[in-house]
Amino acid sequence: MYMMRSLRYIAAVLACLAVFVQGAMAQEEPSADGKEQPIDVNEVVFGHIGDSYEWHITDIGGKAISIPLPVIVKSSTGWHVFLSSRLEEGEYEGLYVASEGDNKGKIVERNADGQEVRPLDISITKNVTGLFINSAILVALVLGCARWYKKHPVEQEAPKGVVGMLEACILSINDDVIKGCVGKDYRRYAPYLLTVFFFILINNLMGLIPFFPGGANVTGNIAITFVLAVCTFLAVNLFGNKEYWKEILWPDVPWWLKAPFPMMPIIELFGIFTKPFALMIRLFANIMAGHAAILSLISIIFITANLGPLINGSMGVVAVLFGVFMDALELLVAFIQAYVFTMLSAVFIGLSRTEPAHEKK
Amino acid sequence: MSLLTPDSGLLFWMVIVFGIVFVILAKYGFPVIVRMVDERKEYIDKSLQAARQANEQLVGVKAESEAILAKAREEQARILNEALATRERIVKEARTQAQVEGQKLLDEAKKQIQTEKDSAISDIRRQVAVLSVDIAEKILRKNLDNEKEQMAMIDRLLDEITVSKN
Repeated sequence: MYMMRSLRYIAAVLACLAVFVQGAMAQEEPSADGKEQPIDVNEVVFGHIGDSYEWHITDIGGKAISIPLPVIVKSSTGWHVFLSSRLEEGEYEGLYVASEGDNKGKIVERNADGQEVRPLDISITKNVTGLFINSAILVALVLGCARWYKKHPVEQEAPKGVVGMLEACILSINDDVIKGCVGKDYRRYAPYLLTVFFFILINNLMGLIPFFPGGANVTGNIAITFVLAVCTFLAVNLFGNKEYWKEILWPDVPWWLKAPFPMMPIIELFGIFTKPFALMIRLFANIMAGHAAILSLISIIFITANLGPLINGSMGVVAVLFGVFMDALELLVAFIQAYVFTMLSAVFIGLSRTEPAHEKK
Repeated sequence: MSLLTPDSGLLFWMVIVFGIVFVILAKYGFPVIVRMVDERKEYIDKSLQAARQANEQLVGVKAESEAILAKAREEQARILNEALATRERIVKEARTQAQVEGQKLLDEAKKQIQTEKDSAISDIRRQVAVLSVDIAEKILRKNLDNEKEQMAMIDRLLDEITVSKN
């Protein structure tokens, strides 16, 4: 009964939305002077997934509203620091954003031969800004939680609210994932693995918020996941014990697999690199695909804008329904990917610290 | 594919930011929280144990207090019995002593009475003797107021003496 009523309610809201979207489209039509430009979904989606020098918020009346971000570049003429809004008119101090080629969308300069080359570019781009904001949120949350304990002695009370929630999350990761996967000296690795988990989780969740402080595709960028994977790689291999290296260089397999041609050691050595590589690609691809899927679904509304009100309205309803579904799914994926990255890192670390399980008789 | 080539600027910032976040959280964040939670766990465990011990002790204290009470009651009964016995003994002793004392007094009184009586009797005897001598004198004087009688008397007395001499 209740279910039926809520379903009917949702249907009514969607119908209203469809009418509204149609109305908006109908209003826009005259202003386009009949020269309706087909929306470039590829541009929209990849423009979001990739990085940019300003934080684009929305378009109002064909004019982009965006937050300019600082550009920091060391070109052949030295260091240049300026706001990205200077680049809107074109070239600035010999630098401009390439419109095509390999460096499309990046700041380039022309060298003596007239070729486009990329200068050393450490601009605070959209992803970097997102990274800063999300890291600040993460640090504030965790340090706030830690501060709570300083103010409240153990004997007096247990935390409630946000601190309690955070504590429950930290404990579940610490006890169920890290303790179980790493093994006996898990305390040494717990800070790193917890940092990785919450770093990925916060960045994933912030990426799902569609407007300013969130919305940056941080964990869906390969540079971010690359650094995380390198950290795990270092944590695994720098502190690997003798047993770990023995398993790689001289594994317990029939001798003809090890000599004269060392097939197993080569495979194992290859495995050292494929494990973090898989971590990197898994996180990057999952988050990027999620962002792309949601954006594509929402773009359906705008693609079908000039196919008539009936198709546009019905497709709008479908797109919103799928968009809601994808957003819910992405919430799940945001958690799962952070969990999987942490768990696999913990497992790899645990494998690098195994005790000799089967003694030679 | 620009998507798959990590951008150097972003890499640079990511290394810095993640490094800073990691150092801060690994030093002041997670270990503090985990340690405090461990401490709380320990505290709860300790409290539970203390509560259980207190409970056990409470049961022990109850038993102990009951034992003490029972002992006290026993002691009370014993003291009461003793007191009763002492009282009886004292009363008995007092009674015997009183009896003995009374007997002594009685005996003394009897003795005194006897002496009194004896002295009284001897007094009476003496007075009786005096009286009888006086009476005899008076009788004799009355009977011997004439010569004839005096002579008869002397004769009788002489007879008696001679008779007795014979």
